[in-house]
Amino acid sequence: MAFGTQRELPLYLSDWQQKIEDHARKLGLDFFPQVFEVLSFDEMNEVAAYGGFPTRYPHWRWGMDYERLKKSGEWGLSRIYEMVINNNPAVAYLLEGNSLVDQKLVMAHVCGHNDFFKNNFAFMITDQDRRTPHSAEDMVVSRADSLPSRKWIDAFANHATRVRRHIERHGIEAVESFLDVCLSLENLIDPHGRMLEGRMRTKLEDEEQGPVEVTRFAASEYMQSFVNPPKALAAERKQLEEERDRAKKFPERPEKDVLWFFLEHAPLERWERDLLEIVRDEAYYFWPQAQTKIMNEGWASYWHSKIMTGFAADGSEIVDYADRNASVMSTAGGRLNPYKLGVELYRHIEERWNRGQFGREWEECDVLVERKNWDKKLDLGRRKIFEVRAHYTDVTFIDEFLTPDFVAEQKLYSFGWSQRNDRFEIDSRAFREVKEKLLFQITNFGSPFIHVENANHENRAELLLSHSHQGVDLDVEKAKRTLENVVRVWRRPALLQTTIEGKTTLLRFDGKEHTSKPLK
Amino acid sequence: MALNIDQDHARFRDIVRGRVRENLRKYISNGELIARQGQDKVSIPVPQIDVPRFRFGDKSAGGVGQGSGKPGDPIGEGEGEGEGDGHGHGKAGQNEGDHALEVEVSLEELAQILGEELQLPRIENRGKQQIAASKEKYTGIRRTGPESLKHFRRTFREALKRQIASGVYSPERPMIVPTRDDKRFKSWKVATQPVANAVIVYMMDVSGSMGDEQKEIVRIESFWLDTWLRSQYKGIESVYITHDAAAREVDRDTFFRTRESGGTMISSAYKLCAQILDDRFPHQQWNIYPFHFSDGDNWSVDDTTLCMKILRENILPVSNMFCYGQVESPYGSGQFIKDLREQWATDERVVTSEIRDKDSIVDSIKTFLGKGR
Repeated sequence: MAFGTQRELPLYLSDWQQKIEDHARKLGLDFFPQVFEVLSFDEMNEVAAYGGFPTRYPHWRWGMDYERLKKSGEWGLSRIYEMVINNNPAVAYLLEGNSLVDQKLVMAHVCGHNDFFKNNFAFMITDQDRRTPHSAEDMVVSRADSLPSRKWIDAFANHATRVRRHIERHGIEAVESFLDVCLSLENLIDPHGRMLEGRMRTKLEDEEQGPVEVTRFAASEYMQSFVNPPKALAAERKQLEEERDRAKKFPERPEKDVLWFFLEHAPLERWERDLLEIVRDEAYYFWPQAQTKIMNEGWASYWHSKIMTGFAADGSEIVDYADRNASVMSTAGGRLNPYKLGVELYRHIEERWNRGQFGREWEECDVLVERKNWDKKLDLGRRKIFEVRAHYTDVTFIDEFLTPDFVAEQKLYSFGWSQRNDRFEIDSRAFREVKEKLLFQITNFGSPFIHVENANHENRAELLLSHSHQGVDLDVEKAKRTLENVVRVWRRPALLQTTIEGKTTLLRFDGKEHTSKPLK
Repeated sequence: MALNIDQDHARFRDIVRGRVRENLRKYISNGELIARQGQDKVSIPVPQIDVPRFRFGDKSAGGVGQGSGKPGDPIGEGEGEGEGDGHGHGKAGQNEGDHALEVEVSLEELAQILGEELQLPRIENRGKQQIAASKEKYTGIRRTGPESLKHFRRTFREALKRQIASGVYSPERPMIVPTRDDKRFKSWKVATQPVANAVIVYMMDVSGSMGDEQKEIVRIESFWLDTWLRSQYKGIESVYITHDAAAREVDRDTFFRTRESGGTMISSAYKLCAQILDDRFPHQQWNIYPFHFSDGDNWSVDDTTLCMKILRENILPVSNMFCYGQVESPYGSGQFIKDLREQWATDERVVTSEIRDKDSIVDSIKTFLGKGR
């Protein structure tokens, strides 16, 4: 079965696919059925520009990515080796003309990714037949028995059809412009909320504002003014009314899924709503991959290395494999390479759990020699990393398993911009600082946290967004441009509360003019 | 597979060229045309459109890296190891917004890319002192050759491969002995190179009205002009002249650094230029390219008349072409370009271009070099 090209895999490759998959299963990997396709250089660039999908809705952005990919390929700057889509069955691509070692390496790597897609909990939000979980047990449902439906290739193709239909009706200018607006806001979603969708959403009812009931204690007529003094009753009534009004604040709780909020409450045309929905769906689809970049690439690298060195590469290929692997793992230029960081961290965990270097006893031991020779021969490493791959995302992965030993071993450092020398410089190699920077870098995939604070700001139906400032300022120019797009959707003035250089500031755009004023 | 991407790509090109969606043009950036010459590391301009998002300011954030160095050391330098047999595996930008293609390319390759991108014509030789010269370039690998050209890395790898495959290799005693079949040698190709000589005369107005930003533009532009002309000629000489009310010849470094105040007499630079050409670069033997950058403010009408005269009598007759680039500054009147255009409207040898900001450098380069002279 072939997806885009309708081409069958050549026999020698499908043989190897079979062998590698069998071996991977023996090692304990559990993945969706896989379809490999061989693509030419041009096709590879096209598919890559579409984020791995054979069909996407028409948009200039893919054309831009395509040009970049094509040029960097032609100039010999980079080449795409491997691409796999989180879909059931998983679809992966091989580049035509690559050597057999390369193809085997890619297949082994893909088995790792695919296992990760299937088993990591963050990817549950890409299940199309997802049930709303009601309890903690629902969240860790075992996948062995039931395969979730993830027909995303079809879903994306349907999105394309919908967008094309809107273009036919409303013209490319209008549709594309609105898509740009949506894309400008696409990072304003709430994946954690998405997992609990349905349970979180309390129904917003327009209750009639009746008088508030105040509790009265039972007492006989003549005792009333003593047991239920009018003053106290009035005070209580006032308090209850205030509470009721606070509950009337809209939205009641800050809403992190800003796009959902727009879908529900912004005055959009039907076709606009449809476009926004498409962009939001696709944003959620890609979110888990962004959240688990280090873990996912690390996991795939761990397994390609196990599979290649232990099974798939023969003696004459091992040097070429090592060469290729080394360039994938390269950290030249001081860059943080997610492949390298991920795979080393898994190995670090595996070794620690093999030797029993965890738990209170280990934490409290401060004799260097003892720590160095610590080995309880528990052999729990392999089990532990399988567990880790199911229940963590990059943030929790780093937060829990990054150790001072690891930071020193891997020569990690934190860097910052030096005003004086006008360049990036190494700040520190201290564990705490490295960890803090690293966590910041990956939290929310480097996006600021922004939520809807009040949709009826100052009782004028203006939209107040709020940025939870965590030490780093927004790019104010970009924020203003983005606010313009918020206004385009909300059709009323919009405000963003953020902190600029230590001052809480309110940015406002009313459709014509930007204003910015400090907030007391 | 139907190539839907062609439609998306055409749409993107249309936006970049400004045919449709005017409102998006403000987000187009051409990538920085900046080069760090020391390492031959260059970022290449690929136009891109950034849809605005709520995101963090760039520089305040910093991040985490991996490698050696102590606190205070600059990052991302001095670690690039020589990739002997060159299959580059650069990763295209991983982070959003990390789109500028920054790669190590040699200046030669860079010129080629520039030529292709801007569709620059190759320069027609003016038939001055043409001696075809050939040069050997080591470009490939072969199995035979003299011992002195042995490619150590490749040979080692072949030997290692053979030993592992045949089971001779032992990790405890990792001895690699290449046999005759393992040996690899560098092989060369003979390339003919143009041997015409060229001289570029850079003249820049350094009077008070030229600020740092204007100079930065001149610096970037002259880098690209230099790169292209170097690819077309063997043996390029550069001459740098700065001027305010008086002109002087300076070295490259000073050229970009000096800042003077005071008035502007363009004729002083042209005089000096003509004199240098006369003394040192006989026009029978040299292809001559004077470039002049200024904000277009000249001292007086008389001086402008004098400029035209020097151009007509001393510079144009010996030059391949004369290029004038006018940088916009808050102070300059920008009159000079109008005078030039009026005077030389029909003359192909005079090329003028207005450079409003960094983004218009590309267009300006194309104007200057597009004639193939």
